[in-house]
Amino acid sequence: MSFSTEDLAAVLKERSSWTAEELTQALVRLPRRKKEFHTDSGIPIPDVVDATTRRSANELRDVGYPGRFPFTRGPQPTMYRGRLWTMRQFAGFGSPEDTNKRFKYLLEHGVTGLSTAFDMPALMGYDADHSMSRGEVGKEGVAVSSLRDFELLFDGIPLADVTTSMTINATAPIALAMYVAVAEAQGTPRAKLGGTLQNDMLKEYIAQKEWMVPPGPAVKMNCDVIEFCAREMPRWNPVSVSGYHIREAGATAVQELAFTIADGLAYVQECVGRGLDVDSFAQRLSFFWDVHNDFFEEVAKFRAARRMWARLMRDRFKARKTESLLLRTHAQTAGVSLTAQQPLNNVVRVALQGLAAVLGGTQSLHTNSLDETYALPTEQAVTVALRTQQIIAHESGVDRVIDPLAGSHYVEWLTDEMETRAMELITKIDEMGGMLKAVENGFPQREIAESAFRWQREVETEERLVVGVNAFQSAEGAPIATLKVDEDVQAAQIERLRLVKASRDGAAVARALAGVERAARDGANVMLPIIAAVKAYGTLGEISDVFRKVFGVYRDDGRF
Amino acid sequence: MGTVNRQLRILVAKPGLDGHDRGAKIIARALRDAGIEVVYTGLHQTPEMIVATAIQEDVDAVGLSILSGAHMTIFPAVIELLAAQKASDIKVFGGGIIPQDDVPKLKAKGVAELFLPGTSTQTTVEWIRANVKPRGAAA
Repeated sequence: MSFSTEDLAAVLKERSSWTAEELTQALVRLPRRKKEFHTDSGIPIPDVVDATTRRSANELRDVGYPGRFPFTRGPQPTMYRGRLWTMRQFAGFGSPEDTNKRFKYLLEHGVTGLSTAFDMPALMGYDADHSMSRGEVGKEGVAVSSLRDFELLFDGIPLADVTTSMTINATAPIALAMYVAVAEAQGTPRAKLGGTLQNDMLKEYIAQKEWMVPPGPAVKMNCDVIEFCAREMPRWNPVSVSGYHIREAGATAVQELAFTIADGLAYVQECVGRGLDVDSFAQRLSFFWDVHNDFFEEVAKFRAARRMWARLMRDRFKARKTESLLLRTHAQTAGVSLTAQQPLNNVVRVALQGLAAVLGGTQSLHTNSLDETYALPTEQAVTVALRTQQIIAHESGVDRVIDPLAGSHYVEWLTDEMETRAMELITKIDEMGGMLKAVENGFPQREIAESAFRWQREVETEERLVVGVNAFQSAEGAPIATLKVDEDVQAAQIERLRLVKASRDGAAVARALAGVERAARDGANVMLPIIAAVKAYGTLGEISDVFRKVFGVYRDDGRF
Repeated sequence: MGTVNRQLRILVAKPGLDGHDRGAKIIARALRDAGIEVVYTGLHQTPEMIVATAIQEDVDAVGLSILSGAHMTIFPAVIELLAAQKASDIKVFGGGIIPQDDVPKLKAKGVAELFLPGTSTQTTVEWIRANVKPRGAAA
């Protein structure tokens, strides 16, 4: 709200008199429940927020209109009146055939985009038969070692018609190459493919910890993908700059916002540094936020993020195209907020978090399933999670107007606060020489571990109540059904890998792998050589071995 | 504590490829704050690496944090390797994303205790105080 000076003076006067009279009298009868109220990030909250509390309060400069700078109200002018967010449920477990079945189930029940979870060996660059893969094949995601597995994973799914998100980072260039190869075998050229590759290594070192080579070469390969997609895959999002894992590891909303934006800036810096025009790739960068419990702070986070990104891209990188300034995002409800106790309550948590993401203006959403503190979700639990989104979309009415919380003193004030506090952290990271340096020094890692420990202490001292955990406990109910991943998956995957290796042209594989190695050593873009290698049925582990050989292996220092 | 026993020494270990180390780090820190000596392996350890560290560091118990679903493979592997090293007196306990059904099966395989999501760190500290004794000390 832009208030005139007289209006503000009148508001200030009214507030002073309300504070002296009604508020003071009421506090005598009934003191505040807590000495201080603050957001989950620790921002102190006053009794009421009004126009005088807000520092900036310049409506046109800071809030504006959807689809117009600084995009606080949304990246598109029509938002959900034009198109609802994409309901994208993350799935992947067991064999490629198991996950293919789940994909088809989800498509039949109304998901509008696929989202692939890969198993740990695939994420870390090990084939199913590697000793590090023991016990992990197909456990936390789908098992893939070679192009043969990708062919089975997307069998019968027309890749020209769906968009696919792939949550994979250290080995992201290999996964993208395999996807391209499957699509081309289906007759769909790579230029027609739509989807998202997570491909964000900085947050791996910060939070998710699935890595392969040291941060420098890893970021370089992230940018190889960005460069390749700018040239050959105009509909693909080559990176999903992810706050999700940073938050789940224990960061506050302000830290999530700051570290994620700083990661995005680092990728842009790397790409610009190798001579790319910022407007040639920036419009395909996408983001991924967590949606946690503190409802208004989460809404404010989405709004602040769009404004920060637009301002930074314009001012720091001199981006000129409108699309280069837009922060488009996926969101996922907070897995870490779910409880094993009274698991049905998780449905309610997910609904509130999903609503916050929608009120924050997300472009795509995954809602978690109620059973995820036990195992990967069952079909029934996933269906409830998807139905939750459909209820928000089609019954709650929140889709009918753009950015309905704009103009709320509290939400606008919080949006300002989030931006200010996150920018302070970004300035600190700039002073360290950027996010790559900060990560190498362990700065965000330490900050997050501190926040995680503080949260746990607040739960244990009951300063923070978690329903069913440290408050309102009830006797344990009957256990809920959980998904079991077939223990035979590993053996079957190893056997398939053996057959692939027996039937391929070994000399062609060796030549292709040598091509990958040459590109890695010369600092050239690795994407085309990787595509050639996967088409020759060179495996994910074999290609990863090349990178481990050239760049070395990154190890955790075990600090706590 | 009024006993002649030396301080307890616990290895907090993060086996396998799973990178979820929030819980392991919180537990490591809570145990240290409670006056227990803690060695933390860091991420991505094989059972062989964990057992080698446990013996080298002469710990009294090993706590495994597993959120990857690989618990049915990794707990028994660590227990068997400890036995092969004649170190079965090193207690193995753990926590993470472990379905209820698997808890009795793991206990039958020799896991001393499992702490599931929502457990307070204090509960773990108390369990260690009550159930883990310095190796070689008179019981």
